[in-house]
Amino acid sequence: MSMESEARSRQTRRAWALSAPALFLLFLAAAGPLMIVLVYSFLLPGKYGNVEWGFSLDGWRGILYTRDIFDGTLKLADAHLTIFWRSVKLSLLTTIITFAVGFPTAWFIATRAPKARALWLFLITIPFWTNLLIRTFAINEVLRNEGIINTVLTRAGLIDAPIRMINTDFAVLVGMAYVYLPLMVLPLFAAIDRFDMRLLEAGYDLYASRLAVLRRVILPIVKPGIVAGSILVFVPSLGAYVTPRVLGGGKNMMIGNFIELQFGQGRNWPLGAALSMALLMIVMVALLVYVRAATKGSNPHG
Amino acid sequence: MTEYAIEARNAVKAFGQGDVAVRALDDVSIQIRKGEFFTLLGPSGCGKTTLLRLIAGFETPTSGQILLDGQDITALPPNRRPVNTVFQSYALFPHLTVAQNVAFGLQMLGRPKAEVDQTVERMLALVKLEPMAGRKTSQLSGGQQQRVALARALAPTPKVLLLDEPLSALDLKLRKEMQVELKRLQTETGITFVFVTHDQEEALTMSDRIGVMSAGKLQQVGAPREIYTTPVNRFVASFIGETNFLPAVLGATEAVLGSGDALALNAGGKTGPATLAVRPEQVRIVSAGEPGSLPATITGWVYFGTDTHVHLALRDGTEVVARLQSEATGDSALTKGAAVGLRFTDGALQILGD
Repeated sequence: MSMESEARSRQTRRAWALSAPALFLLFLAAAGPLMIVLVYSFLLPGKYGNVEWGFSLDGWRGILYTRDIFDGTLKLADAHLTIFWRSVKLSLLTTIITFAVGFPTAWFIATRAPKARALWLFLITIPFWTNLLIRTFAINEVLRNEGIINTVLTRAGLIDAPIRMINTDFAVLVGMAYVYLPLMVLPLFAAIDRFDMRLLEAGYDLYASRLAVLRRVILPIVKPGIVAGSILVFVPSLGAYVTPRVLGGGKNMMIGNFIELQFGQGRNWPLGAALSMALLMIVMVALLVYVRAATKGSNPHG
Repeated sequence: MTEYAIEARNAVKAFGQGDVAVRALDDVSIQIRKGEFFTLLGPSGCGKTTLLRLIAGFETPTSGQILLDGQDITALPPNRRPVNTVFQSYALFPHLTVAQNVAFGLQMLGRPKAEVDQTVERMLALVKLEPMAGRKTSQLSGGQQQRVALARALAPTPKVLLLDEPLSALDLKLRKEMQVELKRLQTETGITFVFVTHDQEEALTMSDRIGVMSAGKLQQVGAPREIYTTPVNRFVASFIGETNFLPAVLGATEAVLGSGDALALNAGGKTGPATLAVRPEQVRIVSAGEPGSLPATITGWVYFGTDTHVHLALRDGTEVVARLQSEATGDSALTKGAAVGLRFTDGALQILGD
């Protein structure tokens, strides 16, 4: 063996040794727990929670089917499908709403003078200072039957009975849009900040209307920011737990609450574990489809 | 029908309000003829770009009118004016290919696809960029980007093409090439070009007519030769080419210089203090004491290759520069401190307004 290759292999060994702590931590904190959840999803539920060692596919089967208590046959679980559909629907709507509100906001901030811009960005980050639970209860305070909106409307004599908003999908949507808005605004701002405003004049000069400039010039160029913001909002929305719990009540469950239920009252850890893995897969597939679609549009001739 | 492609009538553009308002454009009226290569020339901040932006529609005048083909377009937004711009920064769309950039204007006008494709091909051929059609603009050199910007602005066949210092980002050699190229494009397409620059040489070589601007006002409009040989005032004379300024007092048939020397000059009835201008190439050096010549002393010279600039001083110290062909002079003929005579070629002296 030549001296050179010996030195190189020694260098490789040292590189591995140096990165070992980081790799160990990564395994312990990320891959490890995930493996445990994966293993649990193939086990039997214990009587008082926990799991019993014994291979079973019941956890995975339970995602879509329920076993009839009387004759033991498998039926499609409508309730589960409703929860999945509500989760996906509310997450998509949250993404759309945060984009509709966040884009003008980000544009406004990016077009301010540098000093004012710093102040506006600072204001955007203020909600992060408070606990998520408290912010969600604040929304609850606004929406509930005796809340601000209903009180004001009743006092003004506009309504006789309070409008029921709390414990509906609408309340969950409002809460999630409020909570996740900064996650949409910040990447959009970063993208718009890099946008060369002179391109707007070039667009107008070449006979594009305001709408055409938005569609054909601005949106395609800030697309990386739209993609990043949408992912940052959609992914946590899909697994949201606190917001649907506080604003949706017990009935308007989302996947996150459903998973929690299996580990708590439901005492069906394998089902909970299988649901967690399923959520992970849904997110991954959704991201793949989304990113593929988003990058395809940017180069129609490619 | 009118012979003017673009007309500005008493155009004023003020930025800011009240006492702090700055008049970027101060009562400018100008007529630009159809099919001509018109240059707006002036130092930065003189209002030439503001005037261009008023024509494009990016700014609206504080008062006054902009006319296109005799029709008032003052209130029309840029996307409804048959005018296209080549921007100083090019402002090419980074998400589109070269061909898509060129096609943009035509697509926005709703032209059928076949026509768009055909025009794009013709435009890319015109600026010699056919092999680059599928490239992203970021993969092009500065000169190539410049050509894309030109093709993109020319593709919709505008009535007027506006060019905002388009060559300023290019190096000298490329700039010379593009000057020739622009002139060729203008002749081939027959489109009216309004070209903004601060480079007097660029203006002189390319333009049919030049409008010289300073401090928000139009100082002089005319053909390059006219501007150069008969500048109307001191600003125009000094901004375009080099000039010797000689303070003098005008009489009926002669002018008395500050040095006390008298020059035969028909001032056309003007009398009193004035400034005379004479171009360095119109100054001749003769032997001292020759009749009709001014006594002067050689104070130094600078060699420029073909030319040599000889610096001279009149008796009162007024400095005069003479540009001589190096071959005709020869360094040996020049001696620092030598007493010589000065003579101006016929018709060289210009009487300037303020």
